[in-house]
Amino acid sequence: MFETAVIVETVVKAVIVVAVVAAMAGFATFIERKVLAFMQRRLGPMHVGPYGLLQLAADGIKLFTKEDIIPQNAIKPIFMIAPVVAATSAFVAMAAVPYFPEFTLFGYTIHPIISDINVALLYVMGVASVGIYGPLLAGMSSANKWSLLGAARAVVQMLSFEVVSGLSILAPIMLIGSLSLIDINDYQSGGISNWLIWKQPLAFVLFAIAGFMETNRAPFDTVEFEAEVVAGYATEYSGMRWGLFFIGEYANMITISVLVSIIFMGGYAPLGFIPGAVMMLLKVSFWIFLFLWVRAAWPHVRPDQLMWVCWKVMMPLAVVNILITGFVLI
Amino acid sequence: MYETVAFYIFSILTLGMFGIVVMSKNALYAMSALAGGMIFISGFFFILDAEFLGVVQIVVYSGAIMALYAFGMMFFDTTRDVSEKMRSKKIAYTLSILSAILIVAILCIPLVSESIEASYPAIENVGNIQMVGLILFTKYLVPFELAAIMLLVAMISGIVLASKKMDEHLAIEEDECEMLKEGK
Repeated sequence: MFETAVIVETVVKAVIVVAVVAAMAGFATFIERKVLAFMQRRLGPMHVGPYGLLQLAADGIKLFTKEDIIPQNAIKPIFMIAPVVAATSAFVAMAAVPYFPEFTLFGYTIHPIISDINVALLYVMGVASVGIYGPLLAGMSSANKWSLLGAARAVVQMLSFEVVSGLSILAPIMLIGSLSLIDINDYQSGGISNWLIWKQPLAFVLFAIAGFMETNRAPFDTVEFEAEVVAGYATEYSGMRWGLFFIGEYANMITISVLVSIIFMGGYAPLGFIPGAVMMLLKVSFWIFLFLWVRAAWPHVRPDQLMWVCWKVMMPLAVVNILITGFVLI
Repeated sequence: MYETVAFYIFSILTLGMFGIVVMSKNALYAMSALAGGMIFISGFFFILDAEFLGVVQIVVYSGAIMALYAFGMMFFDTTRDVSEKMRSKKIAYTLSILSAILIVAILCIPLVSESIEASYPAIENVGNIQMVGLILFTKYLVPFELAAIMLLVAMISGIVLASKKMDEHLAIEEDECEMLKEGK
């Protein structure tokens, strides 16, 4: 009976996470248009509903009802499964992420984490990086030169940022001595001065940059940059398959925001009179805003510049950071 | 009961995926099925409570197969079937079935004789990573360091092979800028 209860609880949690995050991802597209418009002194979507709020519904209806076109020479099964890979890997990665402190509802303690495995950090990073298979498969099966270029860039990008994000995260792990995100969160409880961002500023910056690369966000959105490769891997997609790619991208943005908040910014520890859950929401919102801000503020980089900065600047810095942390620990 | 169900689901998926890898003539199908199969194998590790190995399986193989994709992209038109030269199907199938039976036999013999004993049994209340670390840095320290040296040698030789044109830029931006300045 106990086993069944655990399974039911897990399924309920999983459904809630997928529903809430998918809705947040949709809403983030609206916020993105509004924030970019604000920074460029435009109004953004204004006509559908109050302040253009219903634009979201209009976009959703359009995506769901649009014809799903599959090009003649494309490899059909792979072409069809690629967006699903992008979206599911983004959601599967969330299984080991704790969102809020545990709370009691109707006398039943709820841990807002789907599965508390003791290698949660590695799991989230590994599964999230599987998400780059989505663009790769899409580009290789589309039978389109722009798509293929997008896929090639996806491979290059993935092989570059993986090293940096892995090495940069190693130094905080050495300090904490655990890969569980709950342990990492508890390590920093007790005020802003305990946040790891003060002890590991370099690792923080490197991990944040690698996070931008992982989510294909500007200035590192080389796989889908319009001026160079049309729409990159997504050139041949239409309708909801195209939409799934972007649900995956925004879900990944949320995952990275949660990860940075937990690892470097104290996670869901309460601050003064502000409860932990609210702190978490504030931090994640700030990070989403930062993603949009950077997109508005910085120009794109070329793929070779991306590789250059990864292998010749960021990776040596990460290794030096690990070395210094090791000496300090000894 | 749930573990049994999960085990059978993962076995069917893994076998199916690797079947596609061997049977398919399309490089893209084969590589995608290989990636899928490798990720399904990690499911077995999670069922056995070896989460660390499961995650390492995902991380290592997703990266490794990504490199395979890069080669596939460079050498093949992945939207076309590869024409295979197979002289005799009978020999290929017989040999593969024989080697499959041999592997199953090798793995099953210790099970039949019931002489399996964990030389390093799992310690209670110690995490996955700590257990791996304990054994890696005591019993298997020398092989571990040797592997590290081998990887270092491979890395250095790779750099030496690739370093001939390392100080040249991939793009020719400097030349272009000068040409623009001179008004050519």
